[in-house]
Amino acid sequence: MTDGPLGLLAELTHACPLACSYCSNPLELTKRSEELETDDWRRVLDQAADLGVLQGHFSGGEPLLRRDVVDLVAHASGLGMYTNLVTSAIGLSRTRAEALREAGLDHVQVSIQADEPVLSDRLAGISSFQKKIEAARLVKELDWPLTLNVVLHRQNIDRIEAILGWVEDLGADRVELANTQYYGWALRNRSALLPSREQLAHAEQVTREWRERLRGRTEVIYVIPDYYAEYPKPCMGGWGARQLVVGPEGNAFPCLAAHELPLPRASVREHELAWIWESSPLFSAFRGTDWMPDPCASCDRREVDLGGCRCQAFQLTGDMGRTDPVCVLSPDRHLVDEAVAAANAPDAPSSPGRSAREPVLVPVPELVPRPHRAD
Amino acid sequence: MTSTVPRTGRPRLARFVKTRYDKARERQVLLGPETVVVLNPTGADILALCDGRHSVAEIVDELGRRYDRVVDDEVEAFLAKLVARRWVEIDHD
Repeated sequence: MTDGPLGLLAELTHACPLACSYCSNPLELTKRSEELETDDWRRVLDQAADLGVLQGHFSGGEPLLRRDVVDLVAHASGLGMYTNLVTSAIGLSRTRAEALREAGLDHVQVSIQADEPVLSDRLAGISSFQKKIEAARLVKELDWPLTLNVVLHRQNIDRIEAILGWVEDLGADRVELANTQYYGWALRNRSALLPSREQLAHAEQVTREWRERLRGRTEVIYVIPDYYAEYPKPCMGGWGARQLVVGPEGNAFPCLAAHELPLPRASVREHELAWIWESSPLFSAFRGTDWMPDPCASCDRREVDLGGCRCQAFQLTGDMGRTDPVCVLSPDRHLVDEAVAAANAPDAPSSPGRSAREPVLVPVPELVPRPHRAD
Repeated sequence: MTSTVPRTGRPRLARFVKTRYDKARERQVLLGPETVVVLNPTGADILALCDGRHSVAEIVDELGRRYDRVVDDEVEAFLAKLVARRWVEIDHD
């Protein structure tokens, strides 16, 4: 018997006012006309609660673009889930926020792209910085716990101290400083996004100092870029082990990026979530350790990192069953080393530098934005 | 980090945190931002007494009545861990 999932990530829509070049949505965005209806989502939430889901994360795209987001939060809340809104904050008006509070929303995560408007708006592809700061203040005013989500990369990682200054100013309860994971859009933009070793050393030093400074006030989470690690991350705590994702069109996945893998689909339009979780070929494909090839199969770390990330293996080698190329024991590690070498070469892409809260004059190089909309 | 929990302090759940019974796992669970803790029965009993009225000393006494053997340090260590994660706050007189 498989343990039930702890969390459901409901990607309500791929539509988004932002156009970040590291977006975790698929390269092929789901059209709005193909999205699940409100009743479909209610059914998914019911089935998720029966399976043991305790946390309901509402994400996208921008979940506030769904007119039914308040109803869905209320539904999940009524099922006893701890509900979480993951938002760009664009569209979080006072009226909307109060309705979400009334609906029982427990926690809000607001993304910020940088420490000042010029760079932030450039990275987001839309004038948005000021709105995000105002929305973050509103979240605190309405007495929600506030998490600030910051995706770190070559173009903003040097600004980490000023970003942490905002974390303190806004009184955030948590901050997730997450280095970019290279799938989909981010992989396409990897050379402009992957930081240098020196940039990372600086960011880690600043994070250590600020973790002390913010102790007791803000939980500081720092996610390392796995290209610079020796061993892979235990992606999602294991394939089909703790979390599941349902996309806007109703396809369920063990992780955000797994839509890229050549595996049979499992749709909530056709199947019960319990069957998808427990028995579908998709969720069974890499569960546990039996699927592993060497060097994983005979490795002492196989229960620690669980073979790493299937999506990374597929994206870099074309074979989703191989050891994650990030692992130093992988025969494919050179694929990662080459990208790291390029990020540290004299002719590596430029970055805006460290000066805090000042407009950025250096152009951001060759980023391919994801489209704003999926009509 | 280790925090110390004074025996006269009155612990209560942080306002961002909820506890409830989870039917699927047949356990009390603590829920917070990006947090799920499946509680063992002793942990659940301790948290149920974190109501802002009972002091740490009173919680230790109460647990002592319910179980054959409760080591003071265990209650305090459990609470210190939760305080460090900001899931429990301590009111002082």
